[in-house]
Amino acid sequence: MNGDHDDDDTGNTMTTTDPAQTADTVSITAPRSTGTSATRVVGVAAIVAMAWLVAFGLGFSPADRDQEEAVRILYVHVPTIWLAYLAFVVTAIASALYLFTSKQSLGWDRAAGASAEIGVVFVAVTLVVGALWGRLTWGVFWQWDARLTTTALLFVTYVGYLAVRRLGGSHRQRARRSAVLGLIAVLEIPLVHWSVRLWRSLHQEATVLDTDGDIDMDGLMLFSLFVGVIAFTLLYAWLMMHRVRAMAMEDLVEDRGLDAALAARRAEGGA
Amino acid sequence: MSAWRVAWLIARKDLRVERRSRVVTNQVVPFAGVTMVIFAFALDSDAVLQRVAPGLVWLATMFSLLVLVQRSFAIETDDGALDAMRVAGVDARAIFLGKAIALAAELVALELILLFAAVILYGQSIAAGSVVLLVTTLVAATCGLAAVGTLYGGLAAGFRGRETLLPLLTLPAVAPVLIGATRAVEAALGTAGAVVSDGWPWVGLLTVFAVAFGVGGSLAFGPLIDE
Amino acid sequence: MEDAGFILGSYALTLAAVAMFAWRTIRSGRRLAEQVPDEDKYWL
Repeated sequence: MNGDHDDDDTGNTMTTTDPAQTADTVSITAPRSTGTSATRVVGVAAIVAMAWLVAFGLGFSPADRDQEEAVRILYVHVPTIWLAYLAFVVTAIASALYLFTSKQSLGWDRAAGASAEIGVVFVAVTLVVGALWGRLTWGVFWQWDARLTTTALLFVTYVGYLAVRRLGGSHRQRARRSAVLGLIAVLEIPLVHWSVRLWRSLHQEATVLDTDGDIDMDGLMLFSLFVGVIAFTLLYAWLMMHRVRAMAMEDLVEDRGLDAALAARRAEGGA
Repeated sequence: MSAWRVAWLIARKDLRVERRSRVVTNQVVPFAGVTMVIFAFALDSDAVLQRVAPGLVWLATMFSLLVLVQRSFAIETDDGALDAMRVAGVDARAIFLGKAIALAAELVALELILLFAAVILYGQSIAAGSVVLLVTTLVAATCGLAAVGTLYGGLAAGFRGRETLLPLLTLPAVAPVLIGATRAVEAALGTAGAVVSDGWPWVGLLTVFAVAFGVGGSLAFGPLIDE
Repeated sequence: MEDAGFILGSYALTLAAVAMFAWRTIRSGRRLAEQVPDEDKYWL
């Protein structure tokens, strides 16, 4: 441990602070946290986009012919699951990059972990909001349909992934274990989806609930959905920047703790 | 020594340990049997039991799988045998294959007992024409279960909290096996008017699953247990 | 008017989850930042 924690190559997290500005603020006493001008820009943009989403989703967009007002849930439901899928894809890519790049940078590992955390939170939100929407349009909270069932299993799979990340051991051990698991999930999810789809298609029960009911998306509705996707993508970028940096500090603090404990032990032994 | 030969040796070693310790026969089989009995308490109707019997057989198999995997890796980690094998230069793929083969052998024995229990307790009957489908299903499903169990068992082995982590990782992963094997056995036993030909697409699913996790598992096992 | 409750509830729930997660992220960052010297923060 020579203090080299190979963070230098995490260029993917935008380090755009200009030196002059840092020099000005560094004299202020509070320690600098995970915020930079980049996160502030993205954060403000995300808040503005969220406000737009609420305005368009609840206000300006029209009611649907079949679904009536209930269609408004779509504008938060679709962006949250989009965010979750995006997060899990990033986890898989970052896991592969950790394993297969020669440098095996822990930056990729932390990106994979941070992304999975965000994904799990938003799958949970999607499932709950989806249940509310289902109650409105189908009359039931849950339906054993292929997409719902796969999403539920997706949630549990990544909860397991996060549990494995917390198993302990060195950062390298954690990184390799979770990277392999992140790739196994890529193998697992399509198999789960395939089996569940086969299951539901062969067991067609008479559904009174068939309200897949083509939503006629007019211009304003599509735009509202678009605003939602933009808002949540910005949110994802903002969360990732903060979380990856916080995780880098977590690792550093852990290393420090270990070094301090070793030093104390040595001092004890020497006395 | 080739990897296959090493795998075979490891499998025989595991089975010999189980035969001598009798943990499987004295604890796991009775556990699976009790599960079949308490399902009857929960469902409380002969008609329902007859309808869901194939699913209950596989549910009992899944629960027993978790116990068997814990057991399979407990004998390795108790005295650091897994690390010792790695240090001795044993190929991780051979370890994976060997442990999976031993696990599969135990599972097949257990599944046959559970099927027999279903015939007796839940009023199932096995027609001669469905034996081929039944055997293929058992083999394909068992290979998939053994591969997943060995993979996640190796991952969780040696950590605190492995007893709770293993089911969390394993059950979502083996969901396709539960779905596919249950439908195929329903077809084989003629549950709810199913016919034998309904079962074959599910055997296809089970085979793909077993191959995917067999190959994926043997590749991933080394990095997972190498510390 | 039952619909309104579900619709507003969905929005409230989503935004509340976003706010809570963002707040936790920021707070954990602040807490950790106190224990790490600024020269180790690669993003500064």
